[in-house]
Amino acid sequence: MAETKIITEHYHDDKFRGLAGYQAKGGYEMLKKALKMQPAEIITLVKESGLRGRGGAGFPTGMKWSFLPNNGEPRYLLCNADEGEPCTFKDRMMMERAPHQLIEGMIISGFAVNSKKSYIYIRGEYVYAAKVLEEAIAEAYKAGLLGKNILGSGFDHDLDIYRGAGAYICGEETGMISSLEGLKGQPKLKPPFPAVKGYLGKPTIVNNVETLASVIYILRDGVAEYRKCGTQKSPGTKLFSVSGDVVKPGNYEVPLGYKLLDLINNECGGLKPGRTLKAVIPGGTSAPVLNKAEAEAATLDYECLAGMQSMLGSGSIVIIDDSRCMVDMINVITHFYHHESCGQCTPCREGTGWLHKLTRAIISGEGTEKDIDTLCKVADNMKGRTICALSDAAALPVLSFVPKFRSEFEFYVREGVSQVKGISYAQMHH
Amino acid sequence: MFQLSAEGQQFVKKELARYETKESAIIPSLYQVQKENKGWVSEDAIAHLSQLMDIPEARINEVFHFYTMFNKEPVGKYHVQVCCNVACCMAGTREMLSSFLKEYKVAPGDITADGRFTFTAVECLGACDKAPMMQINDDYHEGLTPEKAKTILQGLK
Repeated sequence: MAETKIITEHYHDDKFRGLAGYQAKGGYEMLKKALKMQPAEIITLVKESGLRGRGGAGFPTGMKWSFLPNNGEPRYLLCNADEGEPCTFKDRMMMERAPHQLIEGMIISGFAVNSKKSYIYIRGEYVYAAKVLEEAIAEAYKAGLLGKNILGSGFDHDLDIYRGAGAYICGEETGMISSLEGLKGQPKLKPPFPAVKGYLGKPTIVNNVETLASVIYILRDGVAEYRKCGTQKSPGTKLFSVSGDVVKPGNYEVPLGYKLLDLINNECGGLKPGRTLKAVIPGGTSAPVLNKAEAEAATLDYECLAGMQSMLGSGSIVIIDDSRCMVDMINVITHFYHHESCGQCTPCREGTGWLHKLTRAIISGEGTEKDIDTLCKVADNMKGRTICALSDAAALPVLSFVPKFRSEFEFYVREGVSQVKGISYAQMHH
Repeated sequence: MFQLSAEGQQFVKKELARYETKESAIIPSLYQVQKENKGWVSEDAIAHLSQLMDIPEARINEVFHFYTMFNKEPVGKYHVQVCCNVACCMAGTREMLSSFLKEYKVAPGDITADGRFTFTAVECLGACDKAPMMQINDDYHEGLTPEKAKTILQGLK
């Protein structure tokens, strides 16, 4: 099975952005259907569909929803549109091309979890997407799709948007909640999980843009039909953001379980002429890199990539060909995590700094063979010791790049230049 | 002493009432200051916001310093943010940024002599399929080539 457009079926149509165009393609029909159902029925459907969070962690959505306590407290639904994982650009496309799809998914999900208020937390740089969403939200209010007594159902739901201001860590759900509360976007210790104690200390569900949109199609097609796509444990389709060394980078919606090589060769038009595959980062820069053999064997589902000690993550795939220097690439990556560490946990604050210092020393021709080992030792000490996963996210790329491409690191240390390029990256920005 | 315009103050008041906690209005208010203060937030602007919002300066500063999109120093009329994360580096943005700095004889983060530009390297902006890219003020410029980028900059007066 090749590219399968369920979520993105109408994305080529400019009219799909507006309310009328969205409704012309069946938009908000599933909201009508949902409002006639029992919320518990919708939660059951989502559970049985096997939908897993599309933002990175892959946690089962229905299960997340069922963690909400029945204590009569108001509940909040937050849409995670922070999309900060490097090389991910699917949510931006979704919001710009189909704002009403996200809004419909959110109202349905809000109804299912009995929330009267939701927020879309969108990264600050996405100025245009935020504008598109604000216009769509206004349209939805005007049409009685948001606000009091939605479509005469008796269900009230308000939706607002909140713009971040440039912090990767706000994509972590408790960091996002802190940010929305007007604090520094620092993550909080879990438990309690947001479903129990989230925004303003109230039960809160945080779901990714793509996850919320997927709910519409689970309702439309039913569990059996939805599960026809994908694998037993990773059902449905997923959007993959492909960048790097392919002829046609872009977002592609394919069934989970699709072969990585097929995505590269069919959808993405293959590698650039004369080049061969060297490595693939399969799920955002936090995901351990795959070498050629692993990439050639990989299927795009949670289980296969976990089996390769990597992860599907946010579905952002960076294709790396034989012209690339892995020492340079890891230095760009360690720079990013050092820049983005929120600083509250010592292993992360200090560790990300050391990782970058060490890769920087190597890149500058000042590194020693021992630095290569120290790099791995520091990274190893950063795993599983902090409040959130950023520390691990910084460590894992190092712990895959170095062992899988060690000879390049050794060459650079010995010769002071890149083995692949024959040049020094000392003068480069990072 | 920086003061928001009447409309700006009205905006802040609206934001204070918009969210469940008034502290949530800090980010939108800082954006407003930046918009009215040529792209950056000064110390006296923080004091002004503190008074206007009835939130301690330290509390506003905490938010102000956490987020990278708030500029702590003056910037040029056009803030050119060149993505230097993985996919854009692969597409040559570091070389592009270096060429800008050379051509306009300026260091990263500084303002060109004519006040037009500030160039900075930034992290991933989520436009990797159209790398190389840069953001100038609010706008994304994607699918660049060195020539295209040069022409865009020359067109900004």
